[in-house]
Amino acid sequence: MTVAPILEIRKLTKRFGGVTAVDGVDFTLADGELRCLIGPNGAGKSTFFNCLSGQLAPTSGAVHLDGHDISGWPSHAIARLGVGIKTQVPSVFDGLEVRENVWLAARRRYNAREAKERCDELLTRLNIQSLAAHMVGELAHGQRQLVEIGMVIASDPRLILLDEPAAGMSRDEVARLAALISEIARERSLIVVDHDMRFIRMIAETVTVFHQGRVLIEGEVDKVLADAMVKDVYLGKQVV
Amino acid sequence: MRARRWRLIGFLALLLGGVAFAFGFPAFASLHATIQLTNALALALFALSLALVWGFGGILCFGQAAFFGLGAYAYAIAAINFGDTTFAWPTAILVPAAFAAALGYFMFYGRLSDVYLGVVTLTVTLILFQLFNSTAGPEYRIGDARLGGFNGIPSTPPLNVPFDGRAYLSPESIFVIAVLVLLAALFGCLWLLRTRFGRVLVSIRENPLRAELLGYDVRVHKLAAFTIGGGMAGLAGLLFAQNVLVNPALFSLLYTAQVIIWVIVGGLGTLVGPILGSIGLQYVMAWLGTLGWINPNLALGVILVAFVLFVPRGLWPLLVKVVTHGRRLVRGNGTS
Amino acid sequence: MDLAAILILQAVSTVATLVIISIGLAVIFGMMRVINLAHGEFIMLGGYTVFVATNAGINMWVAMLVLAPLVVGVIGIAVERLVIRHLYGRMIDTLLASWGLSLFFIGSITTIFGNTTTSQIASPFGAVRIGAYSISGYDIFLVFMAMTIVAGLFVLMRFTKFGLLTRGTMQNADMAAALGVNPGRIYMVTFGLGAALSGLAGGLLAPLSAVLPTMGAAFIAKAFITVISGGTAILFGTASASALLGTVNTVATYLTTPVLGEVALLLAAIILLRLLPRGITGRFLGRDL
Repeated sequence: MTVAPILEIRKLTKRFGGVTAVDGVDFTLADGELRCLIGPNGAGKSTFFNCLSGQLAPTSGAVHLDGHDISGWPSHAIARLGVGIKTQVPSVFDGLEVRENVWLAARRRYNAREAKERCDELLTRLNIQSLAAHMVGELAHGQRQLVEIGMVIASDPRLILLDEPAAGMSRDEVARLAALISEIARERSLIVVDHDMRFIRMIAETVTVFHQGRVLIEGEVDKVLADAMVKDVYLGKQVV
Repeated sequence: MRARRWRLIGFLALLLGGVAFAFGFPAFASLHATIQLTNALALALFALSLALVWGFGGILCFGQAAFFGLGAYAYAIAAINFGDTTFAWPTAILVPAAFAAALGYFMFYGRLSDVYLGVVTLTVTLILFQLFNSTAGPEYRIGDARLGGFNGIPSTPPLNVPFDGRAYLSPESIFVIAVLVLLAALFGCLWLLRTRFGRVLVSIRENPLRAELLGYDVRVHKLAAFTIGGGMAGLAGLLFAQNVLVNPALFSLLYTAQVIIWVIVGGLGTLVGPILGSIGLQYVMAWLGTLGWINPNLALGVILVAFVLFVPRGLWPLLVKVVTHGRRLVRGNGTS
Repeated sequence: MDLAAILILQAVSTVATLVIISIGLAVIFGMMRVINLAHGEFIMLGGYTVFVATNAGINMWVAMLVLAPLVVGVIGIAVERLVIRHLYGRMIDTLLASWGLSLFFIGSITTIFGNTTTSQIASPFGAVRIGAYSISGYDIFLVFMAMTIVAGLFVLMRFTKFGLLTRGTMQNADMAAALGVNPGRIYMVTFGLGAALSGLAGGLLAPLSAVLPTMGAAFIAKAFITVISGGTAILFGTASASALLGTVNTVATYLTTPVLGEVALLLAAIILLRLLPRGITGRFLGRDL
């Protein structure tokens, strides 16, 4: 059975001066799919991500989301199409309460009453309702990550992009996060970038490996991780 | 629930206190003191406009005086031409607001960084100062109003009864108007900050990238805040102009520096702080003036450097902290 | 023909003046990413140095070219040690503190010398005639001085150890610190250098404008706009922005009035920044000079 793709990327390229960070990448994500992106540092994952979220404008190529070519669109317009983004460095409103952070995310789409309900529901679901009145800036790193994930899903996006969600989390927190992501993935499309292989194995079905700005290999998680080329890349050997 | 009740009590106290003060003060104080305080209130509104734009919009505007001056000139020119100040009110708000919107478009849609924004707004003010200074000749007139170059428009008309250009209002009634306008502006700002627009504005100040990734257009929100602030500063210019007069000094570095200092001293990120900071510092500067041997620029410079170095958050947050801390101490003693 | 020649000369001299009044600001901006709002007052202090020195019987050239930069450079270093260094990393506070210093200097000089000065410093050269028109010889001298300053800074930044350390610190202060450079000292010296160049500007401009406590205000609008239009590259940024804005200024002044010329300069800069928000060199030349 084939599902219509939600995201279709053709020949995406991003150059910074003389450096080509993303080099002619083709990428397709089916509606409802969960995809993990892995690759060594500097492979172009984050640049690829930022081109999808609108934080960077691609040098060339097309990004089709739900039939719209969004390459070069500003971030807020992409978000309005139903894309929720968690950045690599946690990006939250440190000077505001947890409740208000999530409320602001929900309020973009829902009216005041619905936003409040949605916010309460999410705080309960993420098990952080006891922190609702705390300033986000006062929280521990893992808790801030959770708040940000709450903000990402608060507006009910169809496609969610998570850049290193497990970074800096304890073993327990990673396990809980994996459960949460698997739950979210039942209703939405997801792309997750991470380094943590245990985490990837917990959540992934299909994996795309980036290397030197290109897609090295793409396929089922077990096969890809067993691939000799992928092992070489991670052990730092050059791929000829 | 308790917080809400206290807030309501605070609102009512401020409202009733303000109204009582508006009608009571002129009855007890001298005419001179009333006029002087009207002036201070106009400048407090000016400070409030910057408190909103900078403290809540996170927009580093070093040229708030541009809108203040434009409001004052717009009022004077409209009042002279209409022969009646009724329609000069909207003119004094809309002209600077439109100017702010045009300037803001270039700055926010160009995504200028803080430092650049501050410098561009400051430069715009400096150039307006030179521009209005160069309008000395008789050819520089708008309708019946001569711009008058360095001297400005000395015969700026005071406010009159609506639709009756010859019935000038008494200084006492103008004082009442000034208090009510300031209160209305303060309540307006408080209301605005509780709306979705206001919350988003504050979130943009906290983290523009996150606000954008949530789907909020940072540029539009900043532009709207900047425009509202421009209109408020214009209204302040009106109150000042009808009480004193209009000249290019309104665009001078001194005014644009003073309003920044009022906001810093009162407390950036608060609304009441800058209002009190403005009124307080004006009386301090007037008192220093009577001493005669301290240059006002020197005093302002020292105050600004000292606050940036030692009290960067301003006096109002400090006061609130002291009071809540004190209350907690008292309560702690009472229960144990 | 004569008119064209004189207009071009006028444009060149406007560009040179822009370079002179902006370069000190640009050095500090390139280094710290902060606009020194006391820049106009550094220029003013340079002017007062010349005023006091010539009244004391010191040769005008010595006062202008040696004393003005020296005195203001020392003041700059003192300011950096006393105020600015406590605010590194707090960009907006640095801006505000420099504004406080600006007011402080205006107030101090007014207290000492009063609101006006009696004697005007005479312009040392006569006029140069081109056909039916004439241009002041001093303007030509200023063009020469602007070129000397830019060339001198280029040599300093490119070929000396100080320049190397400065450029290293500008690009990555932490890395420079790890390599044993003391960034605090580099910041101090650069701030002093910027102040000295502003002082030199004040000295050079003293014969052209009345030396007053508030004279800085006449220059800062142009200087700020030139520096932020140029971007963070000290020499290329200042030179390219001066060339562009100086030409706009000259043409608009010729067609209308000097004040409208300045308005045109500002409008050109605002439109430029709408298109290139980080200035000319922020986009095209990733260079630090």
